[in-house]
Amino acid sequence: MLILHCPYCGVDADETELSPGGEAHLKRFGPGSSDEDFQDYLFARENPRGVHFERWRHAAGCGKWFHAARSTDTLEVFGTYSAQTTEPPKEICDRISGKRPGWTWRLFG
Amino acid sequence: MKRYSAFAIAREALNYHTGWSRAWASPEPKKRYDVVIIGAGGHGLATAYYLGKNFGITNVAVIEKGWLGGGNTGRNTTIIRSNYLQDPSAAIYEKARSLYEDLSQDINYNVMFSPRGVMMLAQTQHEIRGYQRTAHANALQGVQTEFIGPERVKELVPIIDINGPRYPVLGALWQPRGGTARHDAVAWGYARACSAMGMDIIQQCEVTGVRTENGKVAGVDTTKGAIDCDKLGVVVAGHSGVLAEKAGFRLPLESVALQALVSEPIKPCMDVVVMANTVHGYMSQSDKGEMVIGGGTDGYNNYTQRGSFHHIEETVRALIETFPMISRLKMLRQWGGIVDVTGDRSPILSKTPVEGCFINCGWGTGGFKAIPGSGWGMAELMATGHSPLTEAFSLDRFKEGRFIDESVAAGVAH
Repeated sequence: MLILHCPYCGVDADETELSPGGEAHLKRFGPGSSDEDFQDYLFARENPRGVHFERWRHAAGCGKWFHAARSTDTLEVFGTYSAQTTEPPKEICDRISGKRPGWTWRLFG
Repeated sequence: MKRYSAFAIAREALNYHTGWSRAWASPEPKKRYDVVIIGAGGHGLATAYYLGKNFGITNVAVIEKGWLGGGNTGRNTTIIRSNYLQDPSAAIYEKARSLYEDLSQDINYNVMFSPRGVMMLAQTQHEIRGYQRTAHANALQGVQTEFIGPERVKELVPIIDINGPRYPVLGALWQPRGGTARHDAVAWGYARACSAMGMDIIQQCEVTGVRTENGKVAGVDTTKGAIDCDKLGVVVAGHSGVLAEKAGFRLPLESVALQALVSEPIKPCMDVVVMANTVHGYMSQSDKGEMVIGGGTDGYNNYTQRGSFHHIEETVRALIETFPMISRLKMLRQWGGIVDVTGDRSPILSKTPVEGCFINCGWGTGGFKAIPGSGWGMAELMATGHSPLTEAFSLDRFKEGRFIDESVAAGVAH
């Protein structure tokens, strides 16, 4: 059972309380952008076997969206953080670096 | 290769069955092949088989990281059907279903195709309308299906409770020539037929890199050394994203876990496949008597081949309501596979930005039923550069907005 700590209400929530929201930190491309950028924004997704950043919603709890840093090959959770940010906080990146030296993920790493 | 037949069994019996040869050879890789296929699952082996059978290309290697058919080919619930809504889907799935009809004869290997009929229950008014629409579409596509009422459902499946409290059975989409086949045998049979044509099946050999020269594929680096090739087919399901990254392009895919489970064996009680999409569960009875059960996918990326227990609970809870007699049944085994899901829930069979490199992926939760059709189309695409079966499933459909939206295939019930 995946357990994520909700950074808003402080509850350690089971995955049955949570709704997955897909890849985090997408940059939005709208009208006026190129076909390639719009396609990538809508459909291209990071699908790493390893470190991944995702959006989650504490759906059956406080209802807030937040971010999680997780590993898709071990299901280890590196940490959760606020939704009000465009990149993961340094302490979470450092924690990942401690466990997975040399990791990269799209814009970060 | 010795032909399998009743006569062969009698002949070998006289030698106390010491004369059988291995079904396929396991050679060391050569330095160069015309075509290299990555992934010895059903789709990869079928691609190799039809390259040889339909186009005479037999200088082919099929490379597998683990063992043959050990990924999703050996992990699915073996359902075969072609009752899809959109024309491109109906075409490729019906091609596959019709090839399954005489596949055992074609590859001289008993794949135990059992056209016992597939029934998709309509348990809401919305589903009734949806399945009636599918039945009409199938009539135009030449796929034999019909919409049947609850009395006929009860007649075909006596153990079903059509008056369930939450989701009564209001009708069903019925495909009488859908059914099941032995999943391992499909992989083994294609492997044996490929090996007999002189193709090399190389197991326990992981691809570590894809080599390109001037935007064209040149070969692959593997744990058994470098292998050169003119054309490369990437047919690796859940790990497509990892392989694409090695070749230097991205795919519109996410990999999630899908689970299945089987019960202890019981006496024959249900001789059709029943799928209940509203409540996320489907069930059939294997030849051994086990009830084979599948459900929905998890909602988050996962490569561990382990799924979440609450999905199993949801599936079983729903099935017990529809089939009250299974409530005391013990479950024997549960397992997960990693399925690669696209934005429109339809597969990708396509050329890629790397010349000479082709990809077959995104079958998501429903790849087994498509194996022969997918291999047929993929072989044509790789040999000639064009296939009417795969045309609509190209990668650029996402840029052009030509989605093949299969709501019926939306991450559940295959």
